[in-house]
Parts: sequence; structure tokens; C-alpha cells
Amino acid sequence: MLTLQKPHRHVETVIHSEVLIDCRIENLYYGDFRAIRDCDLSIERGKITAFIGPSGCGKSTVLRCMNRMNDLVQGFRIDGQIHFQGQDIYHPSVDPVAVRRHIGMVFQQPNPFAMSIYKNVAFGLKLNRVKDDIPGRVEDALRRAGLWDEVKDKLKSSALALSGGQQQRLCIARAIATEPQVLLMDEPCSALDPIATRRIEELMLQLKERYTIVIVTHNLHQAQRIADKTAFMYVDTSNSSRTGFLVEYADTHRLFNHPQQEYTLQYLRGEFS
Amino acid sequence: MPTPAQSPHVSQSNSMVSNHSKRSPARTSPTFEVSVVSPPSTTDVLVDRGFRGLAYVFAWLTIVLVCTILYEIGGHAFPAIQEYGLSFVTQSTWDANNAQFSVLPEIWGTLSSSLLALAIATFFGVFIAIFLTQDFLTPRVERVFTTIFELLAAIPSVVYGLWGIYIVIPTIRPIATWLHEHLGTIPFFSTPLSGPGLLPASLVLSIMILPTIAAVSRDAISAVPNQLREAAYGLGATRWQVIPGVVLRTASSGIFGAMVLGLGRALGETMALAMLIGNSNQVSLSLFSPANTLAALLANNFPEAGKVEEQALMFAALILLAITLGVNMIGTVIIDRTTRRLTGGTS
Repeated sequence: MLTLQKPHRHVETVIHSEVLIDCRIENLYYGDFRAIRDCDLSIERGKITAFIGPSGCGKSTVLRCMNRMNDLVQGFRIDGQIHFQGQDIYHPSVDPVAVRRHIGMVFQQPNPFAMSIYKNVAFGLKLNRVKDDIPGRVEDALRRAGLWDEVKDKLKSSALALSGGQQQRLCIARAIATEPQVLLMDEPCSALDPIATRRIEELMLQLKERYTIVIVTHNLHQAQRIADKTAFMYVDTSNSSRTGFLVEYADTHRLFNHPQQEYTLQYLRGEFS
Repeated sequence: MPTPAQSPHVSQSNSMVSNHSKRSPARTSPTFEVSVVSPPSTTDVLVDRGFRGLAYVFAWLTIVLVCTILYEIGGHAFPAIQEYGLSFVTQSTWDANNAQFSVLPEIWGTLSSSLLALAIATFFGVFIAIFLTQDFLTPRVERVFTTIFELLAAIPSVVYGLWGIYIVIPTIRPIATWLHEHLGTIPFFSTPLSGPGLLPASLVLSIMILPTIAAVSRDAISAVPNQLREAAYGLGATRWQVIPGVVLRTASSGIFGAMVLGLGRALGETMALAMLIGNSNQVSLSLFSPANTLAALLANNFPEAGKVEEQALMFAALILLAITLGVNMIGTVIIDRTTRRLTGGTS
């Protein structure tokens, strides 16, 4: 079983290149459809890891495996293991709910609940039965999400009245309020304008101090701007199917400037999409 | 490193080249340079105008229809309104021989049986709606159950009445007797169940409005965006934290709408109630005592009513109409408020 103890408020030392999530997916199916094959990579603690690749190559699917969100999809099946801090999160004895409490998620579309800004952020705290200083924790999370100054006077008003960029930062605040160890972000900027996107990117670079971030992005420049490591996935269309696989995984600088694989090179040159 | 069967890059650019060589661009076919756009034809315009006109006419016809009904009933009821005035709704005699008419027990019975039925049906209806939408069943079983619940709506009212008389009353009688004997000091259980009464009527009524409430709630709940459920699951919520915390909350205005529809149907339901409520003019808090409703009063007394009683019945019909309209208006206001509270006034 995963430990259910509350995460530490402060990560004291960030040990570089320590593996936090070890992902070994041999095959992944939705019903009869094989969506992913051969995706082995390690997410390192305290770094931003980006997934890039064409639409439909399974970047989001791999991301959603890391906190067992795919369990909500009918017919989902996985061959392989994903180890989080040494424990296989797909082991039968593991509760997916506990996994998701340690590994938070931010989605493509901002999805605040139809309740007040304050209650949105406090939602996760309530789930984890946090009792002490909820207002303080809510404020702290909103500050770290760079939203506090904009909403401090209207915490009781509906979250749906915020702009798209503000809603997405609220969703980040909601996700980090419980201090998860990992933040999975599934194309968090694709519904936002360039200014809001830039703010979220700055935010991610700040959050990296305390959280390990895994992001899926369509934007190659975004990956270059923020990611320490980048994984390139491509889709295998042989056998009249569409199966995504990992092509290359390396330090961002190295992947963009000295790709080792022909597919990576072609994709980065924009020769196919 | 796996190698796919083809290189998409090469094949794509090849096909582009061959396209160019086969069919050169518009320069060689000058007819294409002339624009082919044209304004909507006279027929298009006439059809649009005609449809709009018809829509206006029918919309106004609905309003005219409601006004005509109100005028007719009001006209027939007018002598009774003059005669009895406010005492019609504050007293409880219905005596055709002495021309004494008033409907307080019927108003009480209408409201209490409907609200009781609404409470029971909402509880089970929302439960069914959750069961049918939140991945408890496989999609196929979900469809089968949905069809079965919708079939409940197709059973005629008189069949429900018979079922109430032959099944429901005998089934609840031992429970009612026990409750009366042991907890008779509580006003709700203060009389014995002699047969027809408020509780059996409400129980049958709740089953009659259950399909409406379950179906409309089901639609409201399945309209909750999946993104919101994912957001809650992604934070580590269990299913029983997601359902009340996010799903029901977001669907609440739709569920209120379901309740208003159900209550509207319960208030006007006649046949089954006339068979089950006991048709007794008394105001009692007891769930087991016989009672009466406005609709049942109308159904039972119209066939043999004289001129004066008929006027009184028209007055009663007017009151039933007012209650139904009032309930619907309050319901609309509640739904509006809920929607506004949830969306922060953005939509």
C-alpha cells in the first residue's frame, strides 16, 4: 500500500536525477484497441518533464496512466508496471484514489467546480480530512498559483466567473493545495491565450522547486522554454492501427539540438505532424 | 528502435507532386474566376417569412388558449366566488343539500399528498438516476434499466389505483397498525389505517411520478461535464465524494426542474387518488387517515352536481389551477436562482 501520510510541507533537499516515477508500459489497450506500446521512461524528482509528439500518439494516455485516471475509461488495460517511489501503482493492493492524492493533475480545459473560488481550493483539503488552518492553506495555494492578488476580495464568488487563464491557475491552486508530490499537466495552456500561457509557464518554473512536473504539450517552444527533459512519442500506423510509442527521451537541450532518432529529427524540422 | 512499415514523409510529398502535374491551377480554366455566389432566392425569403409568421401565430394561440380556459372556468365559478368568497378556502364542509361548500381539506390533502409523494419519489428518483449514470452498470444493462423505468410512465392511472387497493393497502396495513399502536402519540400516526388514506395514496402517487423525476434527473446528471468528474477524481476523491460534492451539485438545477415537473403531475393526478385517498373532508396530520384532494373532489362530484354545486366545483378547479401555476412559478424561480448561483451570473 502507498503511504497515506500527509506530504511534507517543505521538500528539504532536492536530490537531482532521483527517479520518482519509473514507467514501464509494454502494451496499453482500450478494449481491443492497442493505444500504446513500448514506453519506458523515468521521471526524475524536481524536474519538469515534457511529452511532445503528433496528435493521437498517446502522450495524454501515458500521462493519465501515472495517476490511474485511465481506470475511469471502460475497457482500459495495461501490461507493464509504473513504479512511484518504488511501489507499483498498478499492483492489485493499491487504491487508485490514494495514488491520485499523491499525484495531482491539471487538465486541458480549465475545469473549476461550480462553487466559490475558496471552496474549489479547499475541495482537496476536505477530501484529505485536513482540519487545521484551511483558510491559510487556501491562501498559500492561491499565492503560489499567482492568483491571490486577483481573487482575494472575491473568494466567495463563483469560480466560473473568472477568465480562462484565471480558471486554469485556480485549477493549479486546487491541485497543489494538498501538496502532492507530482503534478501532471495535460496540455494546460492549449485553451489559453499567449499572455495567460506565459503566466502558467512562469508558474511552472516556480512550482518546480517543490513539485515534480510532467507536462504534455503540443507546443515545441513551450517544451524548450520550460522542460528539463523531453520525451518524444510517435504513432505507428502499420497493421492499419494507430499505436503510440516512445521514440526518444533525453535532456531537452540534447533532444532538440542533437536528436538521435530519424523520427525525432523529422518531427522537429516540421516535416510531418 | 521499432521501424514502422512506411515513411509518411516521403509518400506524402510524392502524392503532392503528382497532384500538381495532373491538374494545373486555375490559370488554364478562366470560368472559375467568375464568382458563383448569389443572394437567397425569393422562395428562400418567403419560406423564412412564412415560418416566422406561423411561429408567432401559434405562440399567441397558446396564450389565447390559457386565457380562454381561465375565462370560462372563472365565468362559471363567478357566482360561487361571490357567494362564498374567502370562506371557501378556510372552512371544511361540502354539503350539496344545504348548499354549503368549502375546500380547506381538499387543499390540505392535495398539498400534503403531493409533497409527500414528491419527497419519496425524489429520494428514489435521484438514486436511480445516479445508479444509471455513474458507471455502476455496463452501458447495455444501463439501457435495459432505463427502458424499464420509462415503462412505469406508460401504466394507466386506473391500473395504479387498482394496484394500490389490492396490493399496497394490504401490504402497509400491518406496519401502519404497529406504528399506530406503539407510536400513536406522534400526530403522524394518531389514527389507525382503515383502508384508503393519505399514505397509500402518496405511495402510489410517488411511484407514478417516479419515472418523470428519474428520467429528468438522469438527463441532468448525465449532462454534467465529464471534465468536472475527472477534476474531482484527479484530486483523489472517491466515487461517494464525487457524486454529492460535484455531480449532484452541478446537476442541482436540473434536479429541481425534475421535482417541479413531478410535483405538477402529482397535483393534478386524479383517478388513482380518487380510488385511494378515501374522499373524506377532514384536515388531519395523520398519515393513515382518509383525506381528499381537489382533483378527486372534482372527479367524484361532477357527474351528479346540480347548478350551484357545479359553480362551487368550478371555483375549486380555479384554486387547483392557481396552486399548479404557483408551484410552477416558484419552481422556475428556484431553478433560475440555482443556475445563477452555480454559474456566477455568466450564463
